[in-house]
Amino acid sequence: MSSANWYKYSSPATFYSLAGRMIPWFYAAAAVLSVIGLYIGFVLAPTDFQQGESYRIIFIHVPASWMSMFIYVVMAVWAAFGLAFNTRLSFMMMSALAPTGAMLTFVALWTGALWGKPTWGAWWVWDARLTSELILFFLYIGFMALQAAIDDPRRADRAGALIALVGVINVPIIYFSVRWWNTLHQGASVSVNKAPSMATIMLTGMLVMAFAVWMYAIAAALSRARSIILERERNSQWVAQLLESKE
Amino acid sequence: MNWNSWSEFFHMGGYGLYVWGSYAVTFALIVGEVLLLRVRRKQALKMALRTVKYGKVENNEIAT
Repeated sequence: MSSANWYKYSSPATFYSLAGRMIPWFYAAAAVLSVIGLYIGFVLAPTDFQQGESYRIIFIHVPASWMSMFIYVVMAVWAAFGLAFNTRLSFMMMSALAPTGAMLTFVALWTGALWGKPTWGAWWVWDARLTSELILFFLYIGFMALQAAIDDPRRADRAGALIALVGVINVPIIYFSVRWWNTLHQGASVSVNKAPSMATIMLTGMLVMAFAVWMYAIAAALSRARSIILERERNSQWVAQLLESKE
Repeated sequence: MNWNSWSEFFHMGGYGLYVWGSYAVTFALIVGEVLLLRVRRKQALKMALRTVKYGKVENNEIAT
């Protein structure tokens, strides 16, 4: 692929129509994968011999937790791109990801609390994993609050990019917290260098749900990015042409 | 098959509150986000249409 193509897709006008065509497919993929994942999780996967049925929270807790971290990393990558190449679309994607990331971080914390109560006997403990995930939630909220507080979009972009880049240090801390410190939270169920510590059918359900959440996050972020583009570029020629062609 | 009846399914071996509390809140948040995305899109389109019709419009002029 030539570099000219990349420039074409980094223009908000091209991206706007391309994203518009892709969003329904990502929503559809998310819906289909959710149905399959929940079927595996509730019908095929057996009762856990230690935790009983409470473990079924895993099919939502782990995918949401993974995506909460992953989205922040993607935000930081867009922030770095935006600062390095000064591309409008990079910052728009960065801003578009934050609310979905915050929502999934909240889901991770909420489902974690509802899982912790019957398993550990506590809704919340100040252990390294839980605390660093809570900090991630505050980073998302701080990012959005900062961007909302600054009127000039270009200054809001730069300030937000700074939070995204500094805050990304927290992601490896969350991920490795269960190894670096003695935590109540269990270690990783899935890792690259050893066999998963769970039954294959449970693992399958969890991975399918992770893909479902991933597809949903892409659909939501693309949809939000399109609104941000319209909001910011409404004075430009291509928006005028686009809207007139539709009338 | 893990469940012999719907009531057994909802009971979740005594963990119904925790399991369904997790799934219900997650589902509600996703539905909520999708609705908010639709509202934002409609407002952005409305604002852009006005800009095209009447020229440059500042953010704070579009309160309605």
